[in-house]
Amino acid sequence: MTIPLLDVQHLSVDFATRNGTVRAIDDISLVVGKGETLGIVGESGSGKSVTSYAVMRILDRAGRIAGGRITYGGMALHKARERDMRDIRGREISMVFQNPRAALNPIRRIGQQVADVLVQHSQATRGNAREKAVEMLRAVKIRDPEQRYDAYPFELSGGMCQRVVIAIALACRPRLLIADEPTTGLDVTTQKAVMDLIVDLTREYDMSTILITHDLGLAAAYCDRLVVMEKGRIVEANGSAELFHGAREAYTRQLLQATPRIDSEVRDLLPAALRATAMPLPETHDVGEPLLTVKGLKKQFGKPGADNGHLAVQDLSFTIREGESLGLVGESGCGKSTTSAMVMRLLDTTGGAIEFLGEDIAAIPAAKFAAHPLRGKLQMVFQDPTDSLNPRWSAAQSIGDPLQRLASHMNRQQREARILELAALVGLPVNLLDRFPHQLSGGQKARVGIARAIALDPRLLILDEPTAALDVSVQAIVLNLLEDLKHRLGMSYLFISHDLNVVRLLCDRIMVMQNGAIVEEGNARQLLAAPATDYTRTLLAAIPHPPQAAAND
Amino acid sequence: MSLALKARKVGLRLLEAIPTVIGILVVCFLLTRALPGDPAAYFAGPMADAESIEQVRRNLGLDQPLPVQFVNYVTDLLTGNLGMAISTGQPVVAELATRLPASLELTLGALLLSFLIAVPLGVMAATRPNTWVDHLCRFLVTAGVSLPTFFTGLALMYIFYYLLGWAPAPMGRIDMMYLPPETVTGFYTIDTLIAGDWETFRAAIAQMALPLITLALFTLAPIARMTRAAMLQTLGSEFVRTARAAGLNGRRVLVTYAFRNALLPVVTTLGMVFSFLLGANVLVEKVFAWPGIGSFAVEALVVSDYAAVQGFVLSMALLFVLLNLLIDVIYTLIDPRVGEES
Repeated sequence: MTIPLLDVQHLSVDFATRNGTVRAIDDISLVVGKGETLGIVGESGSGKSVTSYAVMRILDRAGRIAGGRITYGGMALHKARERDMRDIRGREISMVFQNPRAALNPIRRIGQQVADVLVQHSQATRGNAREKAVEMLRAVKIRDPEQRYDAYPFELSGGMCQRVVIAIALACRPRLLIADEPTTGLDVTTQKAVMDLIVDLTREYDMSTILITHDLGLAAAYCDRLVVMEKGRIVEANGSAELFHGAREAYTRQLLQATPRIDSEVRDLLPAALRATAMPLPETHDVGEPLLTVKGLKKQFGKPGADNGHLAVQDLSFTIREGESLGLVGESGCGKSTTSAMVMRLLDTTGGAIEFLGEDIAAIPAAKFAAHPLRGKLQMVFQDPTDSLNPRWSAAQSIGDPLQRLASHMNRQQREARILELAALVGLPVNLLDRFPHQLSGGQKARVGIARAIALDPRLLILDEPTAALDVSVQAIVLNLLEDLKHRLGMSYLFISHDLNVVRLLCDRIMVMQNGAIVEEGNARQLLAAPATDYTRTLLAAIPHPPQAAAND
Repeated sequence: MSLALKARKVGLRLLEAIPTVIGILVVCFLLTRALPGDPAAYFAGPMADAESIEQVRRNLGLDQPLPVQFVNYVTDLLTGNLGMAISTGQPVVAELATRLPASLELTLGALLLSFLIAVPLGVMAATRPNTWVDHLCRFLVTAGVSLPTFFTGLALMYIFYYLLGWAPAPMGRIDMMYLPPETVTGFYTIDTLIAGDWETFRAAIAQMALPLITLALFTLAPIARMTRAAMLQTLGSEFVRTARAAGLNGRRVLVTYAFRNALLPVVTTLGMVFSFLLGANVLVEKVFAWPGIGSFAVEALVVSDYAAVQGFVLSMALLFVLLNLLIDVIYTLIDPRVGEES
């Protein structure tokens, strides 16, 4: 092998915290060759982002490189001066970040932000910076780049913002691109577009790439080699196909298992030990009478009748029966969240009926529904387990809140007993009940959110991307918990997500939504196996396809 | 956002000020009517009997029902008549016209001075946490909020006038040796410059120095604190990380990326600070015998001079409205996101 482009040997990074020094990265070594794509995979806290910050030398003040060597093209980055690093960043090594909207200066025109980098690295003069920046915007496939040059980040979609971030990163034709969770939070179709763009451009410019992600499937689909990290250490490193099909380490296998695939069942995601103790799922289960019937649901934003009024949901009709789970899938902006907010009676409808337990709840104003007797029967689990909990309430207070407000017949003892019962149901250890959200892990917070939602024995639970913010191994456990609860408590689910693979695990039926209307609906398995519309096919095709068995390569 | 859209937004914001002004008129009118004491008795003088007091009352229109009085008050206002101040015997409008510039010169000067010191201080404290600059910033902020202005005023006067003799006698806007400049803006510093009279300019500055420093110390605290906090936040933000990862130089990251964003909350704070300043002004003017609107108002209140108080409250309130308007307009111009969320 020739001299690698980036050579990291025995790197350790320490962080100074209030409770002493914490080793975030412990003795890791990795190499990236010219034109190679390396994937670094790990769950939150594995140190995968810190590795990249160390390479770029942009660790925050508390972090420092405690040992090891970072060599880039013969230069020792670990002891380079800040001034020299500045010439390397953006010019030689660039980064693309997670959360593209926050990664751009909110009050500076996007074109200027691209031009800033060009001017900084003497790739353009003040005179031709605009022209060159427009050219770069065109290269990342932004439509009408001349007009878009003057746009601000808030005027663009998340996917478009990520293209701008990529334009900034690639403007000076660096030789190494580090992409840190570049598609987290984006739709599958946008994810595919962004990833394909990165692949195309890095190939065109003959660059090497490090892709940092928590998604093994994504990494395997786009990378030549993978490195799996856990708690600051490298667990396993191998070629993508080899690793995907013949993982040697238990942790890698567990991670692989927890990643939903096109053919996995919900129980398959669990580690073997948990799977053995899980309650058996019924082969078939009966669905009963219609529980929720939505007819001709409409929502218009803006003034009624006005020209600029935007019809977010147009003439939507569907039914959820007792014990049934319905998946609602679509890209962001398709109206799925608006639909769930209307069914949940958080948002007033423009037209149509929502019949729940025999009553048309669409007629009840959203502001009054909070005190309605049916409120307790219709509950929701929110997307972000952290933001949806009151930071000043303990877990017990959060779970007990709906009981206190809506179960007025309960006295204090009964409520406390019920909280314990709920904690047991969702598998939350009793000693965690006194803790506050910041003292709980993501999975524990998700459990609190679920316990709160089922406190009043709801008939219908709306799940709005309940696992989107969780690591895959935690997602596996939460999905299984939801499946157990459905059978144990006989609830119906309306599961909203952009991830078809996840929706399929929990749902009997799936509706695919686009531009406020349903384009396709049907039995979950059949719909995925034989999609009838192009749109569904596009969604399915956008899911990253990991390499087939090594023999195929 | 296009320029036309911005102009429309600014126009709409201007319209929004109208109900506020009407509200101010009503409150200001009712407030002065609720003051204890009988203005007619004061107008008539200590020697007047019941009949002449009644006569004065009729002349002033105070015997009429409140709604009628209000209509008269508004009609007078529209013709620029704010009534007579009993304490000085001058029309209130004339008093305000001479005194308001004196107060404004002090207030705006103090605001400018503290802005010029506090913002760089806050920026330096944020970029070098736990160094001497940061500690100095913390010290000044604590001192600024904990020392009352009349105390700092008196202390400065004691040191720089009484002990060191560097400052001129704290008596008014300009030393008796000099003639006030010809009025153009009413601001002595500017008027002397227009007249090209350097000596008087220096005298006016010398006279203004101590009260200006007193007020600036008081306003330094909130501005420096806000700047420091806002800078820390933007420096830790993801877009600054992106800018650093793109290799932009320190200056560009600091100014274009971090500071411009940090300026947004600071501008909002300025509006608040200005209102604190107007309040603090009253005391400082008293201490330094500054012939401003604050000391005028205190005297008027003591003698229940309702026309003067009304004039003072009204002009202050309008100043507030104007300033908030200005801040909002500036904000709309520097933040492209304003009004887009809705």
